[in-house]
Amino acid sequence: MPEAAVFQGLSWNPLTDLHQLFAYPFMVNALEAGTIVAVMAGVTGWFMVLRRQTFAGHTLSVIAFPGAAAASLAGLPLAVGYFGFCGLGALALAGIAGTRRSLSAESAAIGSLQALALALGFLFVSLYHGVLNGLDSLLFGTFLGITTQQVIVLLAVALAAVSLVAIAARPLFFASVDADVARAGGVPVSALGFGFLLVLGLSVAETSQITGALLVFALLVTPAATAHQLTARPGLGIALSVALALAVTWLGLALAYFSIYPVGFYVTSLAFGLYVLVRLGRALGRQRRATARLALEAA
Amino acid sequence: MFAHEFMRNALIAGSFVGLACGLVGYFVVLRAQVFAGDALSHVAFTGGLAAAVLGLNILAGVFAATILGGIVMGLLGDKARADDVTIGSLFAWTLGLGVLFLTIFTTQDSAGNGTAGVRVLFGSIFGLSRADVRTSVVLAVLAGAILLAIARPLLFASLDSAVAVARGVPVRALGLGFLGLLGLVAAQATQAVGALLLLGLLAAPAGAAHRLTASPYRGLLLSAVFSVGSIWIGLTLSYVFPTLPPSSMVIAAAVGIYALALAATTSRDARAAWFRPASDNVT
Repeated sequence: MPEAAVFQGLSWNPLTDLHQLFAYPFMVNALEAGTIVAVMAGVTGWFMVLRRQTFAGHTLSVIAFPGAAAASLAGLPLAVGYFGFCGLGALALAGIAGTRRSLSAESAAIGSLQALALALGFLFVSLYHGVLNGLDSLLFGTFLGITTQQVIVLLAVALAAVSLVAIAARPLFFASVDADVARAGGVPVSALGFGFLLVLGLSVAETSQITGALLVFALLVTPAATAHQLTARPGLGIALSVALALAVTWLGLALAYFSIYPVGFYVTSLAFGLYVLVRLGRALGRQRRATARLALEAA
Repeated sequence: MFAHEFMRNALIAGSFVGLACGLVGYFVVLRAQVFAGDALSHVAFTGGLAAAVLGLNILAGVFAATILGGIVMGLLGDKARADDVTIGSLFAWTLGLGVLFLTIFTTQDSAGNGTAGVRVLFGSIFGLSRADVRTSVVLAVLAGAILLAIARPLLFASLDSAVAVARGVPVRALGLGFLGLLGLVAAQATQAVGALLLLGLLAAPAGAAHRLTASPYRGLLLSAVFSVGSIWIGLTLSYVFPTLPPSSMVIAAAVGIYALALAATTSRDARAAWFRPASDNVT
């Protein structure tokens, strides 16, 4: 980092450290963008995990990569590529989910779609000579190079995505938990499914520009999975998922600021560590309850 | 085309990689575990980079990581069938680790300049040596033999695990062993088509075979034929048009075959539905 000359490193005074964290505009932008992305990923990710569409979500996040590569090949702004390809991907995934015959046919179709996306991405990158140095940043993102204008775009997209999910939250929850009963009750299940994939594509496309195509997934899935482990209540679960995503992003950014290792590593490790702790805690609790019951029966 | 040694190496290694991917892929699709294959391909990436950072053999790192990854995923899930959320969380973290190793590797070795990362991600089939070819042939034959040996009980366990358990089939051990085998094949395919693209060889040919036939042995055969065929088509295309990267062309061929199979069976189904009496038309 060129700022190394002014950068003082970690001191013993937490207030000085906090002050230092906000001293540079690039860091303020990164924190703002991270906050926006974490809120949106927390909300959409909770529904993604509920609907068991993790594979579809990952495929969408992969589709962002050829989108970016195609845009740089055609000389268009990267955002056009991200949003265009993710929108198309959502359409294709909704088509696959609509005509599904079995779980195995669906997973084969999603896998083929994802492989095609990656193959196209690599094709575009190799046709566009010279971007190869940027390949890592297309895939892994540049959390620390975000401009103020990007933050505003992010905010607009996030507001749109979160409000769409909020409007459709009740019927979407119903359709996700029990599609057959919801359909019988007059809920437009397939339209909701398609709409949700579009919103997911939108949020993934946006997040990819920050965390990179490969790591979007970390913010979408892990905090939401942890929240689902902790509570089955929808309102509380979504709040928890957002809170976890926020905590992980902030801590990850701060840690990355004070060390030489990438943000993505810290964010994913913190999120995964929390998930493992929660699962271990639940397993231990279940075991203790089981032994207590056994002791009770014996007595 | 056959006059060049690199091309012969690529074709031989590619055929065996394709064979192993096609056979294992048939069961991956049957068991709806394509997402696990997806995760393993990312585990391969991280393992390869970790080995590069530590100065070890990249291939050895890939193998250790994918086989371990397959077994961990099997242990985390119920009945050795990892559920998608567990897989997703595990592999998001694997990606984070991969980024870490990539950073360490590119900063510590400025001459390497991250090309090792790109090679692991997208493969380098035209850069295989004689020794690489021998390794991939041996591994493919090994994987194919193990798979055919456990094919019958595995098929039983995949189709109806409850009945298989009742009949004394070791369903959990089979599931774990299968994920370990999938890890082996994923690692072997990584050097040919790359960590990110091997999913296409696992999913697309097998998906096409499942669409075309319900008979398991015919399906296994078809899946292997499609997979080897797409390697040949892809390599030929890339040889004729040198600007097209081979791994992209292989995947494009595989997905093309899958799309053809989809189109063929969809029109067949439509015709069958037309001739069937309306009362049968409820699925």
